[in-house]
Amino acid sequence: MKASLSLVKALAPLAAATAAGYALDASGIANPYWLQVFELACITAISALGLNVIYGFTGLFSLGHAAFYGIGAYAAALALKSFGGESQPAFLCALLAGGAAAALVAWLVGVSTLRLTSDYLGIATLGFGIIMKVIFDNADSFIPRLGGARGMTGITKMTTLPWAVVSLGGSFLVIRNLIQSSYGRALVSIREDEVAAGAMGIDTFRYKTAGFVVGCAFAGLAGGLYAHLYAFLHPSNFDFFKSVDVLVIVVLGGLGNMSGTLVASFGWVFLLEALRVILPPEYIEFRWVLIPVLLIVTMLVRPQGLFGLREFRFLREGAGR
Amino acid sequence: MILEARGLSKSFGGIKALNGVDLRLRKGELAGLIGPNGSGKTTVFNVITGIYRPDRGTVTMETKRIAGLAPHRISRLGIARTFQNIRLFRNLSVLDNVRTAYHPKVSYGPVSAVCRTKKYLEGEKEIGENVTELLSLFSLQDRKGELAKNLSYGDQRRLEIARALASEPKILLLDEPAAGMNPSEVAKMMEFILEVRRRFRLTILLIEHQMRLVMGICERLVVMDFGEVIAEGAPSEIRKDPRVIEAYLGRRSAGEKKGEEKG
Amino acid sequence: MEYFLQQVINGLQVGFVYALIALGYTMVYGVVRLINFAHGDVFMVGAFIGLYAIEKFHLPLFAVFLLATLGCAALAIVVERVAYRPLRQAPRIASLITAIGVSLFLEYFTSLHQVFGPNYYSFPRPFAVSSWESGDLSLTNIQAIIFLVTLCCLVLLQFIVHRTRMGRAMRAVSFDPVTAGLMGVDVNLVISITFGIGAALAGVGGVLYGIAYPQVNTFMGVMPGLKAFTAAVLGGIGSIPGAVLGALIMGQSETLTSAYLSSTYRDGIAFVILIGVLLLRPTGIFGTAKTEKV
Repeated sequence: MKASLSLVKALAPLAAATAAGYALDASGIANPYWLQVFELACITAISALGLNVIYGFTGLFSLGHAAFYGIGAYAAALALKSFGGESQPAFLCALLAGGAAAALVAWLVGVSTLRLTSDYLGIATLGFGIIMKVIFDNADSFIPRLGGARGMTGITKMTTLPWAVVSLGGSFLVIRNLIQSSYGRALVSIREDEVAAGAMGIDTFRYKTAGFVVGCAFAGLAGGLYAHLYAFLHPSNFDFFKSVDVLVIVVLGGLGNMSGTLVASFGWVFLLEALRVILPPEYIEFRWVLIPVLLIVTMLVRPQGLFGLREFRFLREGAGR
Repeated sequence: MILEARGLSKSFGGIKALNGVDLRLRKGELAGLIGPNGSGKTTVFNVITGIYRPDRGTVTMETKRIAGLAPHRISRLGIARTFQNIRLFRNLSVLDNVRTAYHPKVSYGPVSAVCRTKKYLEGEKEIGENVTELLSLFSLQDRKGELAKNLSYGDQRRLEIARALASEPKILLLDEPAAGMNPSEVAKMMEFILEVRRRFRLTILLIEHQMRLVMGICERLVVMDFGEVIAEGAPSEIRKDPRVIEAYLGRRSAGEKKGEEKG
Repeated sequence: MEYFLQQVINGLQVGFVYALIALGYTMVYGVVRLINFAHGDVFMVGAFIGLYAIEKFHLPLFAVFLLATLGCAALAIVVERVAYRPLRQAPRIASLITAIGVSLFLEYFTSLHQVFGPNYYSFPRPFAVSSWESGDLSLTNIQAIIFLVTLCCLVLLQFIVHRTRMGRAMRAVSFDPVTAGLMGVDVNLVISITFGIGAALAGVGGVLYGIAYPQVNTFMGVMPGLKAFTAAVLGGIGSIPGAVLGALIMGQSETLTSAYLSSTYRDGIAFVILIGVLLLRPTGIFGTAKTEKV
């Protein structure tokens, strides 16, 4: 009984937002440009939630998140282009394919690198990210459709507001349910003290791998949505700077804090777009200076992020945190 | 014999931490592992619990060879421990620290967790009840929401023991449970350990420097120095053993009886 | 055979420059256990200082090196003071993230039109290129300068580290900063000087690189930085001889790969080596495995 009630409570705002979105879309009130920015924010939030699972909750310092976003994007785009056409169910399959591709690669990477300590894991994932970027750049030499450094075109615009919002809501729900269960506690215990977690009977290597794979799967899902939002993919969207971008969001929002990730994702995407509109053309590149500055300032002044450890009320459990 | 270690040897770089250590634990006994700092006591714990693989030697628990197994496998076989420097999950609540230790016995799978099925609800309820019971025993129930890092030192030590007990072990290894405690706290800890052994029907091996605790509750002592076992026996014999006194205090004091040793 | 020897010489050219950068990574890691992501960008700043010194002020070469040395050292010391020192007691990840921030800041800030600008600029060589030939082998004066200058720097570094009090203090802090402090070492000063020396070497490397490959750009530090870092890890991070050895190996691998396989794989080999080292022997050639006390 309690479970279904809280489920309804969780889904209600989601349903309301989706309905509002449909209405906005149909009525033509909302500016399509900003609507697209909103969709991008939803997608970014999914990817950021994934990184939060990996880094915020499991404590794995991954600097290659954008690579998995890219794998999902290219895989989903290729899948739909090759098999699907334009139907909604086909799109869903393509998205799942994107997520699965990212998860598979994550598993391979994880199994090889997750025994490394923090610093080195960061470097290894950074290296992996760069290798993936090189692969994306040269992808057309083995699968011409992927476009390589010229970019991939001919993708259908499938991502609409309902898709973005429902995907975000669903992802959020899945992650929340996982984190607030015994499995989530196991992941967090690894972050807190891996040795003690092992002594308590948790197979730390297996769980680290699982956390990594789950987080990257969501990055892949987000990538698939992204591919079908702008209908164009270019490897420069999946480089190290993009991994830093999503890292900034997660750090800003508070590591291990889902509400913070949500707020920071939306804030971030809208801030960057607003700056693009506001800043005079000579100063437009200042946006890219802003990102690292914000990162540095956050680490110096408030390393626990905007929210620290406090979540929105509907996320806090009844008995204890 | 519930636990038997034979010929354990372990080196780190050039340093021989353990040199042919033999250790036996009888089911239900309360034994103490003592010796000067650096004698290898914690290393013995770490080898038994799988954190280190011994270079030579075996560890057998109830006929099963466990040396070299991963720590989580050894934990699931029924050996639990606390750590010298307290390794709690500092940013987790008291409740979550103990709940985590129930994870290996969780009765639902991750899919159930995601879908919040009945199995999940029942599983969480069961964990909740077990944890509540355990915490009440340790008088930590009213602080269950507090973060572990905010607890007092004594409470942190007790929480660590509570967490270890959550895995329902057969053997409990305590690493300096009374470190840094004043005499009245030590007395409380002594009663506490005895009560825990009785109630949970455990075999306990503890490392400790506080002689009052060691002499007071241990049924048998194993003394180590420089990675080797130098003496073994009842506390009354050990306290008079000249080799033990020499190890702690040096050759000249070997003739005198001495009491406390600073931890 | 002579083709091979020529490649070896060419490999030494780039290897020595990597060594100058790698030393900075390894020395900083030695004293503060930080992977200074921003180090490659200090190298870039050195190259730009060289560019302005030669083009705008027409300074002689030794003055250019001096200016680059001082400028880069000053930059690194300021960065350490402002961004890294406050986080010394914080978890290591915080410093790492901040270092990433500083690196990106240096790259993007200098690429603003108002600062250096985002384009590729040609580095004015202050002398004409000439070379000595011997059969099919040739040694250019650029290569000779690189070898000479780098060797001088290495000798100087050896002297500082092993024959001065400051060097002894640096080694002490690398070993155990707390105890060194208790023994009367000014740990903050030692750390600042370590950053300064590492950056000075990178600055020299930047000028040499500009002379050898006369195109500079604010992102030019990324690849060499990553490769030099790989070199430091390969040699055993924290070990000075390791950094030099690692860098020479990286230089050779890169040049030989480019010569015998294909130049498209030249950068790839660096990452293959990096991943390989991390998976097979993360402590590197001269590194010692550190066991955590449980």
